[in-house]
Amino acid sequence: MSVTTTAPAGASSSRRRRRRPGSRIAYLYILPFFVVFAAFSVYPWIQTAWLSLHKVELSTFKRKPMEWVGFQNYVDLFHDHFFWNAFWNTISLALISTIPQLLMALGIAHLLNYKLRGRTFFRISMLLPYATSLAAATIIFTELFDPHVGFIDWVLRSVHLHAIDWQNSKWPAQIAISSIVTWRWTGYNALIYLAGLQAVDQQLYEAAAIDGAGRWKQFRYITLPSLRPTIIFTIVISTIGALQLFGEPKLYQPLAQPSGGSDNQYQTLSLLMYQQGFSYGHLGQASAIAWTMFVFIVLAVAVNLFLSRNRDAKGVR
Amino acid sequence: MTAIINPAPEADITAPMPSRRRLRHQSEGGWVTYAILIVVAIVSIFPLYYVIVMASHTNAEMAQSPPPFVPNGTLWGQIKDAVGKAPLNKGLVNSFIVASCITLGTVFFCTLAGFAFGKLKFRGNNILLAICIGTMMVPPQLGVVPLFMLMSKWGMINHLQAVILPSLVTAFGVFFMRQYVMSAVPDELIEAAYIDGASTTRVFLSIVLPAVRPAMAVLGMLTFLQAWNDFFWPMMALSSQNPTIQVSFQSLRSGLFDQQSVVMAGTLYGTIPVLVVFIILGRQIVGGIMQGAVKG
Repeated sequence: MSVTTTAPAGASSSRRRRRRPGSRIAYLYILPFFVVFAAFSVYPWIQTAWLSLHKVELSTFKRKPMEWVGFQNYVDLFHDHFFWNAFWNTISLALISTIPQLLMALGIAHLLNYKLRGRTFFRISMLLPYATSLAAATIIFTELFDPHVGFIDWVLRSVHLHAIDWQNSKWPAQIAISSIVTWRWTGYNALIYLAGLQAVDQQLYEAAAIDGAGRWKQFRYITLPSLRPTIIFTIVISTIGALQLFGEPKLYQPLAQPSGGSDNQYQTLSLLMYQQGFSYGHLGQASAIAWTMFVFIVLAVAVNLFLSRNRDAKGVR
Repeated sequence: MTAIINPAPEADITAPMPSRRRLRHQSEGGWVTYAILIVVAIVSIFPLYYVIVMASHTNAEMAQSPPPFVPNGTLWGQIKDAVGKAPLNKGLVNSFIVASCITLGTVFFCTLAGFAFGKLKFRGNNILLAICIGTMMVPPQLGVVPLFMLMSKWGMINHLQAVILPSLVTAFGVFFMRQYVMSAVPDELIEAAYIDGASTTRVFLSIVLPAVRPAMAVLGMLTFLQAWNDFFWPMMALSSQNPTIQVSFQSLRSGLFDQQSVVMAGTLYGTIPVLVVFIILGRQIVGGIMQGAVKG
């Protein structure tokens, strides 16, 4: 009796084993990924935390063991007005570089979703800024915003507006830097929204039209809710990107210094980290900034997700 | 986020634009639509066009009112000047090496891992996949200080390996390939191959690799573009003696900032290769980004 019951079970399990013999070799397949990932991502992340509790100097770290200082780097940081300056600059730059960008991208995606002649041309031309590197784009825009030879000041003058000091005053400089980010990423995000729009079920619109919903109502009650996951995704990605802004403010300055302008008026946390670690050589302090930044980014993403979830709860009627 | 960890039912991503999408609810775009889109296209293209104009005019000429709108023949001289003053050629060659190595490594290793996560059953696969995806959004800043210390202890600072090694795999690549493997390779096919006595390696080489080639191409293009344009870590790991093109741009900017024509000519020279490639492969890249979005 027992023999007859175990036999089929044994047969089926051996068949299953035959079907999936690759369970051991699977580890071999993921090994290269995890080796590289562990060595150059996970280890540095953890090590940054450890370094942030030490005094480590760029000039001596190879010769001297590092010195334990506990949370002193963090205490110094939170008492440093350069940190708070960079903190608020990071927030304001993130806001003015993401909000208009995503709103415009949504509008453009909506237009791209119409039946269009030359739609490939529109899509590719909108993605050209994304293909342009951050460094090239920043250098180009820096010249466009130049007070002497810049095209933008000529436009302002020709409509009888005052020339603006895009370099040395705070908000114009931040707006100029945000415009670089916006220029590079709007088309990209528009395409992502477009992909989301095209996945919306056509029948929903037909049903809504039969119920007498106009274009705006269709947009409000079908398009927006269907795009919600995509919108949240782009908000999260853009927030993360904007809070680590580095190359744009660095190259925007004439000598590509990390001070973020003559009065640090556009120094971001990333720039401050670089300045502390690699201009001043305080690697421990730079590590503390890096972890503070990371925690801050996680909190910002959490707030974003929380807000969008709340909005959702209210939005459902 | 849950959409990322528990992917939605697989959609066919082989075709860049599935045919269903042709049946849009919206009608033909009106002239306002075209007008706005043309403005957007102009804003996207104009700065790139104007580089050519700026590169062929001196500061004094650019300061005129109205400024020039067409390039002239001095462009070549300015480009030569820029190539002489900043390490642009070296940067282009290095960027090509770096981006090629990173692309080959990423596509190969991520396809391997994507296949394992998508089709093979092994202990801990869900946890390992979750770790991989959960860390996709950690900013590079979090690791650069130890990475710099590590690379300088290994004597790799100022060598291209310092830029290539850390970027040989990406979590995004693993996730992207896993999604594609799951949708493009039917389980039955793999089972049939196993019943015929094929080894897992055979299955990978003969069934999975041919089937996922389109996704490898998309991942390759996106990875190459990203590696080519990367600035943060290459700038820290390399110097103007052995730069990537993006690092050369920085020496161009900081060394010659008062000569806009030379700076612009150099920027133009260093940007044209990737723009040419982009214009040739534009359709595919657009399709790839939209696929990536659907997956995300």
